[in-house]
Amino acid sequence: MTTARSIIPLLNRLISRSQPSRSVTYMHRPGDGSPRPVTLIPGDGVGPLVTDAVEQVMEAMHAPVYFEKFEVHGTMKKFPEEVLDSIRKNKVCIKGGLATPMGGGVNSLNVYLRKELDLYASLVNCFNMRGLPTRHENVDIVVIRENTEGEYAGLEHEVVPGVVESLKVITKFCSERIASYAFEYAYLNNRKKVTAVHKANIMKLADGLFLEACREVAQKYPAIQYNEIIVDNCCMQLVSKPEQFDVMVTPNLYGNLVANTAAGICGGTGVMPGGNVGAEHAVFEQGASAGNVGKDSIVAQKTANPVALLLSSAMMLRHLQFPAFADRLETAVQKVILQAKVRTKDLGGSSTTQEVVDAVIDALD
Amino acid sequence: MPNLYCNIISDLCAGLVRGLGLTASCKIGEGGIALAEAVHGSAPDIAGKNSANPTALLLSGVSILCHLNLHDKVDQIQNAILDTIAEGKYRTADLGGKAKTTEFTNAIIDHL
Repeated sequence: MTTARSIIPLLNRLISRSQPSRSVTYMHRPGDGSPRPVTLIPGDGVGPLVTDAVEQVMEAMHAPVYFEKFEVHGTMKKFPEEVLDSIRKNKVCIKGGLATPMGGGVNSLNVYLRKELDLYASLVNCFNMRGLPTRHENVDIVVIRENTEGEYAGLEHEVVPGVVESLKVITKFCSERIASYAFEYAYLNNRKKVTAVHKANIMKLADGLFLEACREVAQKYPAIQYNEIIVDNCCMQLVSKPEQFDVMVTPNLYGNLVANTAAGICGGTGVMPGGNVGAEHAVFEQGASAGNVGKDSIVAQKTANPVALLLSSAMMLRHLQFPAFADRLETAVQKVILQAKVRTKDLGGSSTTQEVVDAVIDALD
Repeated sequence: MPNLYCNIISDLCAGLVRGLGLTASCKIGEGGIALAEAVHGSAPDIAGKNSANPTALLLSGVSILCHLNLHDKVDQIQNAILDTIAEGKYRTADLGGKAKTTEFTNAIIDHL
Protein backbone atom coordinates (compact mmCIF):
# COMPACT_ATOMS: atom_id res chain seq x y z
CA MET A 1 0.00 0.00 0.00
CA THR A 2 1.47 3.32 -1.03
CA THR A 3 1.74 5.71 1.86
CA ALA A 4 1.67 9.51 1.69
CA ARG A 5 5.44 9.51 2.28
CA SER A 6 6.16 7.45 -0.80
CA ILE A 7 3.86 9.50 -3.01
CA ILE A 8 5.73 12.79 -2.50
CA PRO A 9 8.91 11.84 -4.41
CA LEU A 10 6.68 10.49 -7.18
CA LEU A 11 4.80 13.79 -7.31
CA ASN A 12 8.05 15.73 -7.38
CA ARG A 13 9.33 13.69 -10.33
CA LEU A 14 5.99 14.16 -12.09
CA ILE A 15 6.17 17.93 -11.62
CA SER A 16 9.78 18.23 -12.76
CA ARG A 17 9.04 16.08 -15.80
CA SER A 18 6.20 18.37 -16.81
CA GLN A 19 8.56 21.38 -16.69
CA PRO A 20 10.91 21.91 -19.65
CA SER A 21 14.39 20.72 -18.76
CA ARG A 22 15.89 23.79 -20.42
CA SER A 23 14.54 27.18 -19.49
CA VAL A 24 13.26 29.51 -22.17
CA THR A 25 15.97 32.05 -22.96
CA TYR A 26 15.08 35.59 -22.04
CA MET A 27 17.65 37.97 -23.44
CA HIS A 28 17.66 40.92 -21.10
CA ARG A 29 19.08 44.36 -21.61
CA PRO A 30 22.21 45.13 -19.54
CA GLY A 31 21.12 46.62 -16.26
CA ASP A 32 17.72 44.86 -16.21
CA GLY A 33 18.86 42.99 -13.11
CA SER A 34 19.04 46.08 -10.92
CA PRO A 35 16.44 45.91 -8.19
CA ARG A 36 13.21 47.70 -9.03
CA PRO A 37 11.28 49.61 -6.36
CA VAL A 38 7.70 48.52 -5.78
CA THR A 39 5.25 50.33 -3.49
CA LEU A 40 3.86 47.99 -0.84
CA ILE A 41 0.66 48.71 1.10
CA PRO A 42 -0.05 46.06 3.77
CA GLY A 43 -3.57 47.38 4.34
CA ASP A 44 -6.10 46.12 6.88
CA GLY A 45 -7.20 42.80 8.31
CA VAL A 46 -5.42 39.93 6.60
CA GLY A 47 -3.57 42.38 4.34
CA PRO A 48 -0.39 42.67 6.47
CA LEU A 49 -0.25 38.86 6.81
CA VAL A 50 -0.34 38.20 3.10
CA THR A 51 1.88 41.09 2.03
CA ASP A 52 4.42 39.88 4.57
CA ALA A 53 4.23 36.48 2.86
CA VAL A 54 5.13 38.15 -0.43
CA GLU A 55 8.04 40.00 1.19
CA GLN A 56 9.42 36.80 2.68
CA VAL A 57 9.20 34.83 -0.56
CA MET A 58 10.73 37.64 -2.65
CA GLU A 59 13.60 37.81 -0.19
CA ALA A 60 14.10 34.03 -0.30
CA MET A 61 14.27 34.15 -4.11
CA HIS A 62 16.58 37.20 -4.07
CA ALA A 63 14.17 38.69 -6.57
CA PRO A 64 15.33 42.03 -8.04
CA VAL A 65 12.64 44.04 -6.30
CA TYR A 66 12.64 46.10 -3.15
CA PHE A 67 9.59 47.40 -1.39
CA GLU A 68 8.71 50.91 -0.26
CA LYS A 69 6.19 50.17 2.46
CA PHE A 70 3.40 52.55 3.48
CA GLU A 71 0.68 52.30 6.10
CA VAL A 72 -2.75 52.99 4.67
CA HIS A 73 -6.00 52.09 6.40
CA GLY A 74 -9.59 52.11 5.22
CA THR A 75 -10.51 54.42 8.08
CA MET A 76 -8.33 57.24 6.75
CA LYS A 77 -10.25 60.21 5.42
CA LYS A 78 -8.00 60.55 2.41
CA PHE A 79 -5.54 58.38 0.60
CA PRO A 80 -2.14 59.74 1.66
CA GLU A 81 -0.59 61.82 -1.09
CA GLU A 82 2.93 60.47 -0.40
CA VAL A 83 1.72 56.94 -1.17
CA LEU A 84 0.18 58.08 -4.44
CA ASP A 85 3.46 59.83 -5.30
CA SER A 86 5.37 56.64 -4.57
CA ILE A 87 3.12 54.62 -6.87
CA ARG A 88 3.37 57.28 -9.57
CA LYS A 89 7.17 57.10 -9.31
CA ASN A 90 7.47 53.32 -9.14
CA LYS A 91 4.62 52.57 -11.56
CA VAL A 92 3.98 49.28 -9.75
CA CYS A 93 2.33 48.59 -6.40
CA ILE A 94 1.27 45.51 -4.49
CA LYS A 95 -1.30 45.80 -1.72
CA GLY A 96 -3.56 44.12 0.74
CA GLY A 97 -7.22 45.11 1.09
CA LEU A 98 -8.36 48.33 2.76
CA ALA A 99 -11.44 47.84 4.93
CA THR A 100 -14.47 49.76 3.74
CA PRO A 101 -17.24 50.40 6.25
CA MET A 102 -20.70 49.41 4.97
CA GLY A 103 -23.01 52.37 4.23
CA GLY A 104 -22.37 55.53 6.20
CA GLY A 105 -21.27 57.60 3.22
CA VAL A 106 -17.58 56.68 3.52
CA ASN A 107 -16.18 55.80 0.13
CA SER A 108 -13.88 52.87 -0.44
CA LEU A 109 -10.19 53.76 -0.59
CA ASN A 110 -9.62 50.69 -2.79
CA VAL A 111 -12.02 52.18 -5.35
CA TYR A 112 -10.49 55.64 -4.85
CA LEU A 113 -7.02 54.34 -5.70
CA ARG A 114 -8.26 52.66 -8.88
CA LYS A 115 -10.01 55.84 -10.03
CA GLU A 116 -7.25 58.23 -9.01
CA LEU A 117 -4.60 56.30 -10.93
CA ASP A 118 -7.07 55.50 -13.69
CA LEU A 119 -6.46 51.77 -13.34
CA TYR A 120 -9.20 51.09 -15.76
CA ALA A 121 -8.82 47.34 -16.13
CA SER A 122 -9.19 44.81 -13.34
CA LEU A 123 -7.99 41.37 -14.28
CA VAL A 124 -8.64 38.11 -12.45
CA ASN A 125 -7.45 34.72 -13.61
CA CYS A 126 -9.66 31.92 -12.32
CA PHE A 127 -8.40 28.46 -13.12
CA ASN A 128 -8.36 24.94 -11.77
CA MET A 129 -5.21 24.17 -9.81
CA ARG A 130 -3.74 20.69 -9.78
CA GLY A 131 -4.32 19.14 -6.39
CA LEU A 132 -7.36 21.28 -5.70
CA PRO A 133 -10.28 19.36 -7.16
CA THR A 134 -13.51 21.29 -7.57
CA ARG A 135 -16.88 20.49 -9.12
CA HIS A 136 -15.65 21.45 -12.57
CA GLU A 137 -12.55 20.73 -14.63
CA ASN A 138 -10.69 22.48 -17.43
CA VAL A 139 -11.65 25.91 -16.21
CA ASP A 140 -9.35 28.78 -17.14
CA ILE A 141 -11.23 32.04 -17.21
CA VAL A 142 -9.83 35.56 -17.25
CA VAL A 143 -12.32 38.20 -16.18
CA ILE A 144 -11.49 41.69 -17.39
CA ARG A 145 -13.64 44.19 -15.64
CA GLU A 146 -14.08 47.90 -16.27
CA ASN A 147 -12.80 49.47 -13.11
CA THR A 148 -13.68 53.15 -13.05
CA GLU A 149 -17.32 53.82 -13.90
CA GLY A 150 -20.60 51.95 -14.17
CA GLU A 151 -22.37 51.24 -10.91
CA TYR A 152 -19.31 52.41 -9.00
CA ALA A 153 -19.56 55.97 -10.25
CA GLY A 154 -20.40 56.90 -6.65
CA LEU A 155 -23.18 59.22 -7.71
CA GLU A 156 -26.09 58.82 -5.34
CA HIS A 157 -28.57 61.31 -3.95
CA GLU A 158 -31.75 61.29 -1.93
CA VAL A 159 -34.47 62.76 -4.11
CA VAL A 160 -36.99 63.00 -1.27
CA PRO A 161 -36.71 61.28 2.13
CA GLY A 162 -37.04 57.55 1.53
CA VAL A 163 -36.23 57.71 -2.20
CA VAL A 164 -32.63 57.38 -3.34
CA GLU A 165 -31.38 57.58 -6.90
CA SER A 166 -28.13 55.90 -7.83
CA LEU A 167 -26.59 56.78 -11.17
CA LYS A 168 -24.87 54.16 -13.27
CA VAL A 169 -22.64 55.88 -15.80
CA ILE A 170 -21.43 54.12 -18.93
CA THR A 171 -19.29 55.99 -21.46
CA LYS A 172 -18.19 55.07 -24.96
CA PHE A 173 -14.64 56.05 -24.01
CA CYS A 174 -14.35 53.69 -21.02
CA SER A 175 -16.21 50.87 -22.73
CA GLU A 176 -13.95 51.10 -25.76
CA ARG A 177 -10.75 51.04 -23.79
CA ILE A 178 -11.78 48.10 -21.62
CA ALA A 179 -12.88 46.17 -24.70
CA SER A 180 -9.56 47.02 -26.36
CA TYR A 181 -7.67 45.81 -23.31
CA ALA A 182 -9.63 42.55 -23.28
CA PHE A 183 -9.02 41.79 -26.94
CA GLU A 184 -5.40 42.82 -26.71
CA TYR A 185 -5.00 40.52 -23.70
CA ALA A 186 -6.57 37.67 -25.66
CA TYR A 187 -4.26 38.35 -28.61
CA LEU A 188 -1.08 38.55 -26.52
CA ASN A 189 -1.93 35.48 -24.45
CA ASN A 190 -3.15 33.27 -27.28
CA ARG A 191 -6.72 33.16 -26.01
CA LYS A 192 -9.44 32.14 -28.44
CA LYS A 193 -12.64 33.83 -27.32
CA VAL A 194 -13.88 36.99 -25.66
CA THR A 195 -17.36 37.05 -24.11
CA ALA A 196 -19.06 40.34 -23.24
CA VAL A 197 -21.32 40.22 -20.17
CA HIS A 198 -24.26 42.62 -20.04
CA LYS A 199 -27.92 43.19 -19.20
CA ALA A 200 -28.78 45.24 -22.25
CA ASN A 201 -32.30 43.81 -22.45
CA ILE A 202 -33.12 45.91 -19.38
CA MET A 203 -30.49 48.65 -19.38
CA LYS A 204 -30.81 49.23 -23.08
CA LEU A 205 -28.91 52.47 -23.29
CA ALA A 206 -26.15 51.89 -20.75
CA ASP A 207 -25.31 48.26 -21.44
CA GLY A 208 -26.24 48.80 -25.08
CA LEU A 209 -23.46 51.37 -25.35
CA PHE A 210 -21.05 48.96 -23.69
CA LEU A 211 -21.95 46.24 -26.20
CA GLU A 212 -21.62 48.62 -29.12
CA ALA A 213 -18.05 49.40 -28.07
CA CYS A 214 -17.23 45.70 -27.66
CA ARG A 215 -18.61 44.87 -31.09
CA GLU A 216 -16.54 47.62 -32.73
CA VAL A 217 -13.34 46.40 -31.12
CA ALA A 218 -14.16 42.77 -31.95
CA GLN A 219 -14.10 43.62 -35.64
CA LYS A 220 -10.44 44.58 -35.35
CA TYR A 221 -9.60 41.06 -34.11
CA PRO A 222 -11.23 38.71 -36.63
CA ALA A 223 -9.20 35.74 -35.42
CA ILE A 224 -10.69 35.97 -31.92
CA GLN A 225 -14.23 34.68 -31.41
CA TYR A 226 -16.64 37.14 -29.84
CA ASN A 227 -19.99 36.51 -28.20
CA GLU A 228 -22.32 38.17 -25.71
CA ILE A 229 -24.19 36.80 -22.71
CA ILE A 230 -26.73 38.29 -20.35
CA VAL A 231 -25.37 38.44 -16.81
CA ASP A 232 -28.00 36.25 -15.15
CA ASN A 233 -27.60 33.52 -17.74
CA CYS A 234 -23.84 34.02 -17.45
CA CYS A 235 -23.89 33.27 -13.72
CA MET A 236 -26.01 30.21 -14.35
CA GLN A 237 -23.60 28.98 -17.02
CA LEU A 238 -20.63 29.68 -14.76
CA VAL A 239 -21.93 27.33 -12.10
CA SER A 240 -22.98 24.61 -14.52
CA LYS A 241 -20.61 24.74 -17.51
CA PRO A 242 -17.73 27.12 -16.75
CA GLU A 243 -15.35 25.43 -19.19
CA GLN A 244 -17.13 27.22 -22.05
CA PHE A 245 -15.66 30.60 -21.03
CA ASP A 246 -12.26 31.98 -21.94
CA VAL A 247 -11.76 35.74 -21.61
CA MET A 248 -14.72 37.72 -20.32
CA VAL A 249 -15.11 41.47 -20.57
CA THR A 250 -17.63 43.16 -18.30
CA PRO A 251 -18.77 46.49 -16.92
CA ASN A 252 -17.91 47.23 -13.32
CA LEU A 253 -20.56 45.56 -11.15
CA TYR A 254 -21.11 42.47 -13.28
CA GLY A 255 -17.35 41.99 -13.36
CA ASN A 256 -17.24 41.99 -9.58
CA LEU A 257 -19.95 39.32 -9.41
CA VAL A 258 -18.64 37.22 -12.29
CA ALA A 259 -15.06 37.32 -11.00
CA ASN A 260 -16.09 36.24 -7.51
CA THR A 261 -18.31 33.47 -8.88
CA ALA A 262 -15.57 32.22 -11.19
CA ALA A 263 -13.07 32.35 -8.33
CA GLY A 264 -15.45 30.40 -6.14
CA ILE A 265 -15.83 27.67 -8.73
CA CYS A 266 -12.09 27.15 -9.03
CA GLY A 267 -11.25 27.01 -5.35
CA GLY A 268 -12.02 30.36 -3.80
CA THR A 269 -10.86 33.93 -3.60
CA GLY A 270 -7.95 32.83 -1.46
CA VAL A 271 -6.10 31.41 -4.47
CA MET A 272 -6.94 33.44 -7.55
CA PRO A 273 -4.44 36.05 -8.71
CA GLY A 274 -5.14 39.35 -10.33
CA GLY A 275 -4.47 43.04 -10.47
CA ASN A 276 -5.50 46.42 -11.76
CA VAL A 277 -3.80 48.14 -14.64
CA GLY A 278 -3.99 51.45 -16.43
CA ALA A 279 -1.97 53.22 -19.06
CA GLU A 280 0.68 54.30 -16.54
CA HIS A 281 0.48 52.12 -13.45
CA ALA A 282 -0.28 48.64 -12.20
CA VAL A 283 -1.53 47.69 -8.74
CA PHE A 284 -1.47 44.01 -7.87
CA GLU A 285 -3.71 42.57 -5.20
CA GLN A 286 -5.69 39.43 -4.47
CA GLY A 287 -7.61 38.67 -7.66
CA ALA A 288 -11.24 38.59 -6.66
CA SER A 289 -12.76 40.25 -3.63
CA ALA A 290 -9.58 42.23 -3.11
CA GLY A 291 -11.28 44.68 -0.78
CA ASN A 292 -12.21 41.85 1.55
CA VAL A 293 -10.02 42.09 4.61
CA GLY A 294 -11.06 38.77 6.13
CA LYS A 295 -12.67 37.78 9.40
CA ASP A 296 -11.21 38.83 12.74
CA SER A 297 -10.67 35.19 13.68
CA ILE A 298 -8.49 34.60 10.62
CA VAL A 299 -6.43 37.66 11.46
CA ALA A 300 -6.08 36.64 15.10
CA GLN A 301 -5.08 33.07 14.31
CA LYS A 302 -2.91 34.15 11.37
CA THR A 303 -4.51 31.64 9.03
CA ALA A 304 -5.06 33.82 5.95
CA ASN A 305 -4.37 32.16 2.61
CA PRO A 306 -1.36 33.86 1.01
CA VAL A 307 -1.61 31.94 -2.28
CA ALA A 308 -3.65 34.56 -4.13
CA LEU A 309 -1.28 37.41 -3.35
CA LEU A 310 1.77 35.21 -3.99
CA LEU A 311 0.44 34.34 -7.44
CA SER A 312 -0.41 38.01 -8.03
CA SER A 313 3.16 38.88 -7.09
CA ALA A 314 4.31 36.37 -9.72
CA MET A 315 2.14 38.26 -12.22
CA MET A 316 3.85 41.40 -10.97
CA LEU A 317 7.29 39.90 -11.59
CA ARG A 318 6.26 39.06 -15.14
CA HIS A 319 4.88 42.59 -15.57
CA LEU A 320 8.32 43.87 -14.45
CA GLN A 321 9.89 41.53 -17.02
CA PHE A 322 11.48 39.06 -14.63
CA PRO A 323 9.92 35.93 -16.16
CA ALA A 324 12.27 33.36 -14.62
CA PHE A 325 11.54 34.61 -11.11
CA ALA A 326 7.81 34.60 -11.88
CA ASP A 327 8.02 31.00 -13.13
CA ARG A 328 9.97 29.85 -10.06
CA LEU A 329 7.46 31.42 -7.72
CA GLU A 330 4.46 30.00 -9.56
CA THR A 331 6.01 26.54 -9.75
CA ALA A 332 6.72 26.56 -6.02
CA VAL A 333 3.17 27.61 -5.16
CA GLN A 334 1.69 25.02 -7.51
CA LYS A 335 3.86 22.33 -5.94
CA VAL A 336 2.61 23.21 -2.47
CA ILE A 337 -1.02 23.12 -3.64
CA LEU A 338 -0.48 19.81 -5.43
CA GLN A 339 1.14 18.17 -2.43
CA ALA A 340 -1.88 19.16 -0.33
CA LYS A 341 0.09 18.83 2.90
CA VAL A 342 0.07 22.48 3.90
CA ARG A 343 -3.19 24.31 3.33
CA THR A 344 -5.16 27.01 5.04
CA LYS A 345 -8.74 26.47 6.21
CA ASP A 346 -10.42 27.79 3.05
CA LEU A 347 -8.80 24.94 1.12
CA GLY A 348 -9.77 22.35 3.67
CA GLY A 349 -6.59 22.34 5.73
CA SER A 350 -5.55 23.77 9.06
CA SER A 351 -2.21 25.43 8.41
CA THR A 352 -1.23 28.96 9.28
CA THR A 353 -0.12 31.58 6.79
CA GLN A 354 3.48 31.18 7.92
CA GLU A 355 3.39 27.43 7.38
CA VAL A 356 2.27 27.95 3.80
CA VAL A 357 5.00 30.56 3.26
CA ASP A 358 7.62 28.19 4.67
CA ALA A 359 6.38 25.42 2.37
CA VAL A 360 6.57 27.70 -0.66
CA ILE A 361 10.09 28.82 0.24
CA ASP A 362 11.09 25.18 0.68
CA ALA A 363 9.63 24.35 -2.70
CA LEU A 364 11.59 27.04 -4.53
CA ASP A 365 14.28 25.64 -6.74
CA MET B 1 -30.29 47.26 -6.97
CA PRO B 2 -31.78 44.35 -5.08
CA ASN B 3 -33.97 43.65 -8.14
CA LEU B 4 -30.89 42.98 -10.24
CA TYR B 5 -29.13 41.02 -7.52
CA CYS B 6 -32.14 38.71 -7.14
CA ASN B 7 -32.27 38.18 -10.91
CA ILE B 8 -28.63 37.14 -10.89
CA ILE B 9 -28.73 35.05 -7.74
CA SER B 10 -31.91 33.17 -8.63
CA ASP B 11 -30.50 32.20 -12.03
CA LEU B 12 -27.22 31.24 -10.41
CA CYS B 13 -28.98 29.01 -7.89
CA ALA B 14 -31.09 27.45 -10.64
CA GLY B 15 -27.84 26.67 -12.44
CA LEU B 16 -26.40 25.04 -9.32
CA VAL B 17 -29.24 22.55 -9.27
CA ARG B 18 -28.91 22.11 -13.04
CA GLY B 19 -32.37 23.38 -13.53
CA LEU B 20 -33.19 26.58 -15.33
CA GLY B 21 -35.87 24.41 -16.88
CA LEU B 22 -37.04 23.33 -13.45
CA THR B 23 -37.26 26.42 -11.34
CA ALA B 24 -40.58 28.09 -10.63
CA SER B 25 -41.34 31.36 -8.94
CA CYS B 26 -44.30 33.21 -7.54
CA LYS B 27 -44.52 36.96 -7.08
CA ILE B 28 -47.07 38.12 -4.52
CA GLY B 29 -48.33 41.70 -4.46
CA GLU B 30 -50.36 43.66 -1.97
CA GLY B 31 -54.03 42.76 -2.01
CA GLY B 32 -53.21 39.13 -2.73
CA ILE B 33 -52.40 39.37 -6.43
CA ALA B 34 -50.11 36.51 -7.41
CA LEU B 35 -48.07 36.13 -10.57
CA ALA B 36 -46.47 32.76 -11.05
CA GLU B 37 -43.89 32.24 -13.75
CA ALA B 38 -40.85 30.21 -14.56
CA VAL B 39 -37.47 31.66 -13.65
CA HIS B 40 -36.25 31.10 -17.19
CA GLY B 41 -36.81 33.54 -20.05
CA SER B 42 -38.47 33.08 -23.41
CA ALA B 43 -35.59 30.98 -24.88
CA PRO B 44 -36.09 32.14 -28.48
CA ASP B 45 -33.45 29.72 -29.72
CA ILE B 46 -35.62 26.67 -28.93
CA ALA B 47 -39.03 28.24 -29.66
CA GLY B 48 -41.37 26.15 -31.76
CA LYS B 49 -39.23 23.01 -31.56
CA ASN B 50 -41.29 21.08 -28.99
CA SER B 51 -38.12 20.56 -26.93
CA ALA B 52 -38.62 22.92 -23.98
CA ASN B 53 -38.84 21.56 -20.45
CA PRO B 54 -42.33 22.41 -19.15
CA THR B 55 -41.51 21.59 -15.52
CA ALA B 56 -40.75 25.17 -14.49
CA LEU B 57 -44.07 26.49 -15.70
CA LEU B 58 -45.96 23.43 -14.43
CA LEU B 59 -44.51 23.95 -10.95
CA SER B 60 -45.43 27.63 -11.21
CA GLY B 61 -48.99 26.54 -11.96
CA VAL B 62 -48.83 24.30 -8.91
CA SER B 63 -47.82 27.25 -6.76
CA ILE B 64 -50.92 29.10 -8.00
CA LEU B 65 -53.06 26.15 -6.90
CA CYS B 66 -51.30 26.37 -3.55
CA HIS B 67 -52.18 30.06 -3.36
CA LEU B 68 -55.81 29.12 -4.07
CA ASN B 69 -55.71 26.50 -1.27
CA LEU B 70 -56.33 23.53 -3.57
CA HIS B 71 -53.77 21.46 -1.71
CA ASP B 72 -54.86 17.97 -2.76
CA LYS B 73 -54.49 18.92 -6.41
CA VAL B 74 -51.09 20.43 -5.57
CA ASP B 75 -49.88 17.13 -4.15
CA GLN B 76 -51.29 15.11 -7.03
CA ILE B 77 -49.66 17.15 -9.76
CA GLN B 78 -46.39 17.78 -7.96
CA ASN B 79 -45.92 14.10 -7.20
CA ALA B 80 -46.67 13.19 -10.81
CA ILE B 81 -44.00 15.64 -12.01
CA LEU B 82 -41.39 14.49 -9.49
CA ASP B 83 -42.09 10.81 -10.18
CA THR B 84 -41.72 11.30 -13.94
CA ILE B 85 -38.38 13.05 -13.51
CA ALA B 86 -37.15 10.51 -10.96
CA GLU B 87 -38.09 7.61 -13.21
CA GLY B 88 -35.78 9.00 -15.87
CA LYS B 89 -37.49 7.43 -18.90
CA TYR B 90 -38.74 10.73 -20.31
CA ARG B 91 -36.44 13.70 -19.95
CA THR B 92 -36.18 16.81 -22.07
CA ALA B 93 -32.92 17.90 -23.68
CA ASP B 94 -31.87 20.27 -20.88
CA LEU B 95 -31.84 17.32 -18.44
CA GLY B 96 -29.79 15.22 -20.81
CA GLY B 97 -32.66 13.27 -22.35
CA LYS B 98 -34.32 13.11 -25.76
CA ALA B 99 -38.02 13.42 -24.98
CA LYS B 100 -40.15 16.07 -26.65
CA THR B 101 -42.22 18.50 -24.58
CA THR B 102 -45.40 16.64 -25.55
CA GLU B 103 -43.96 13.22 -24.67
CA PHE B 104 -42.79 14.47 -21.29
CA THR B 105 -46.18 16.05 -20.58
CA ASN B 106 -48.00 12.83 -21.53
CA ALA B 107 -45.75 10.91 -19.14
CA ILE B 108 -46.74 13.27 -16.33
CA ILE B 109 -50.41 12.84 -17.18
CA ASP B 110 -49.93 9.07 -17.07
CA HIS B 111 -48.47 9.42 -13.57
CA LEU B 112 -51.45 11.36 -12.25
